[in-house]
Amino acid sequence: MGGRMTMNMAVDRKWIWVAFALILLVAPWMFPQSAALSILSQCGSMMILALSFNMLLGQTGMLSFGHAVYSGLAAFVAVHVMNRLAGGSPAALLLVPLIGGCAGMSCGVVFGFITTRKSGTALSMISLALVELAAAAALMFPGWFGGESGVGADRVLGAPFLGVDFASQLQVYYLIAFWLFVCTAAMYGLTLTPLGRIANAVRDNPERAAFIGHDPRRVRYMMFILSAFFAGVGGALSAINFEIVSAENLSLLRSAQILLFTFIGGIGVFFGPMIGAVVGVLFSALLSTYTRGWQLYLGLLFVIVVLFAPGGIAGVWMTAVTARRRLTAAFLLRVAGVLLLTGGAVLLIEALYQRAAGI
Amino acid sequence: MEFTFITLLNGLSYGLLLFLLSSGLTLIFSMLGVLNFAHASFYMLGAYFAYAISVKLGFWPALLLAPLLVGMLGALVERFGLRHVRRHGQVAELLFTFGLSYVVVELVQLAWGRSALPYAIPAQLDGPLFTFYATAFPIYRGFMMLLALLVLLAGAWLLKRSRIGLLIQAALTHPQMVEALGHNVPRIFTLVFAAGCGLAGLAGVVGGNAFVTEPGMAAGVGSIIFVVVVVGGLGSLRGAFIASLLIGILQTFAVALDVSAASGLAYWGVKVNPDATIYPLLQLTLAQLAPVLPYLLLVLVMLLRPRGLFGVRD
Repeated sequence: MGGRMTMNMAVDRKWIWVAFALILLVAPWMFPQSAALSILSQCGSMMILALSFNMLLGQTGMLSFGHAVYSGLAAFVAVHVMNRLAGGSPAALLLVPLIGGCAGMSCGVVFGFITTRKSGTALSMISLALVELAAAAALMFPGWFGGESGVGADRVLGAPFLGVDFASQLQVYYLIAFWLFVCTAAMYGLTLTPLGRIANAVRDNPERAAFIGHDPRRVRYMMFILSAFFAGVGGALSAINFEIVSAENLSLLRSAQILLFTFIGGIGVFFGPMIGAVVGVLFSALLSTYTRGWQLYLGLLFVIVVLFAPGGIAGVWMTAVTARRRLTAAFLLRVAGVLLLTGGAVLLIEALYQRAAGI
Repeated sequence: MEFTFITLLNGLSYGLLLFLLSSGLTLIFSMLGVLNFAHASFYMLGAYFAYAISVKLGFWPALLLAPLLVGMLGALVERFGLRHVRRHGQVAELLFTFGLSYVVVELVQLAWGRSALPYAIPAQLDGPLFTFYATAFPIYRGFMMLLALLVLLAGAWLLKRSRIGLLIQAALTHPQMVEALGHNVPRIFTLVFAAGCGLAGLAGVVGGNAFVTEPGMAAGVGSIIFVVVVVGGLGSLRGAFIASLLIGILQTFAVALDVSAASGLAYWGVKVNPDATIYPLLQLTLAQLAPVLPYLLLVLVMLLRPRGLFGVRD
């Protein structure tokens, strides 16, 4: 990807970052309703989670089912820290994501050591066992994890500081947007470092990476710890956004969501997971208000992406941009056919849901 | 004594059920190199199909038909799904089966609703098999054990003695050579996948009414059988057998024991202050810990013996 970086592309890249920052700044003015702001905030924290997950899956070739452990435990830490800081200055809230990141990182140091001892399928299975362990253990210690109902917190820590107390969704959005920009830049920067490059080598051919002197296990471990840090930031931000964290945040289902979103977005391109996060949040926050079948649609979309477009949405887009496919009649006919099939399938599924609701 | 014996039998029957599941999973893994994440979904489908059939035709036809149906579904999944993903590599295969498990749960809820089904044990098999002192051992548990043992012996015979079994074994280690000898290796793959799914379906037929038939049943048992195959050593049937029984017995005993570290310490005359930070940890009973024991075992095995109990490759 980055091997052919020319001067021209470097300039392009700089403008992409400026555009990204502008979009983050302007987005609340385009969608000023409070519901839309909440969705934007969710998108922001999910983007960080998906990008950090892609450090494992896309960049190092590790399929972990345990990403929710790191974001979830960090979210719990964030909630407890917020409760401890209550009554202080609201400016302290700016640092809560950092504390969450450190919490996620410490979990990554411990659990990552066990997980990254193996690679491939065994690694996936160990991460699966760890997420089940964490979710079950959370219910065993209601004192700290709050049992079924979870732990709540108030993100308004105290009297406004320079007019900011994070009570409004808009202020929370800007907090999340700030951390999103910082984390995205940091994660992108990481792909350019020697560690990021060696991680790609470990993904593609661990044996050769070992021969040039890089222990694949150590590289996997390092990437795992760093990814857990960003997962922690994302988890803490979602805790600030929702002001409640429960054992559900640690569950396999939550990990699965991050995995689905990331893969649908595309794991081969850096910004792919961000597209996936937007699509995923729109599915779970918007589509769920229209149909009970949104999880089925999400699962089907995922399976279709795995089967026919393993590069995800970003992959399809990139090939469309580079190949500049000519719009022939046959191509249009095929698109029309796919749309027709999709429409038919949706109608059928909706009818089935209507029938199921009627029973 | 009485408690130990009955609990051991219960543990064995659960362990054998786990082996019905994990044996298929292991065979599929050693052949296709993919851990079928949707394996537990086929288990769930087995239970739901069995319920649907038993309502119309009774339990015994369901016992035969449901696993066949599930096996056929498995063949379709392999032929039209997995085979296409294979060229994208192992991660893509795992992801495909993962997505499948996600979709199957939703479809099952769409067809049969979100609540548990009244899938009951047939009247002929209801009741105690024998009573040992004061504790009864249900007939159905005995039936589960017998069925599992029979199926597994038949499977072992098929694999070791029959022509198709020899072909499967050969295709496990030398697929190119078997292909060069004129056999259709992809078809053998499909067959093995279907057989593994059929076994999972059978486990669902007997497990569905022994436990509960509900949309959460796949997730409940799924993670456990992955623990079994990893602890036993990926690709080792013997390891899967030992690990199935081990986890079955371990979990059954733990559920039945209501002791905690605090009560153990109290027995030895050590009193722990309830304000101490570790007090909640000491107060956990074994029964509460039972659901996480398999996962703890997995972590322990990974730390001490990363290849699993009987694993051949790392």
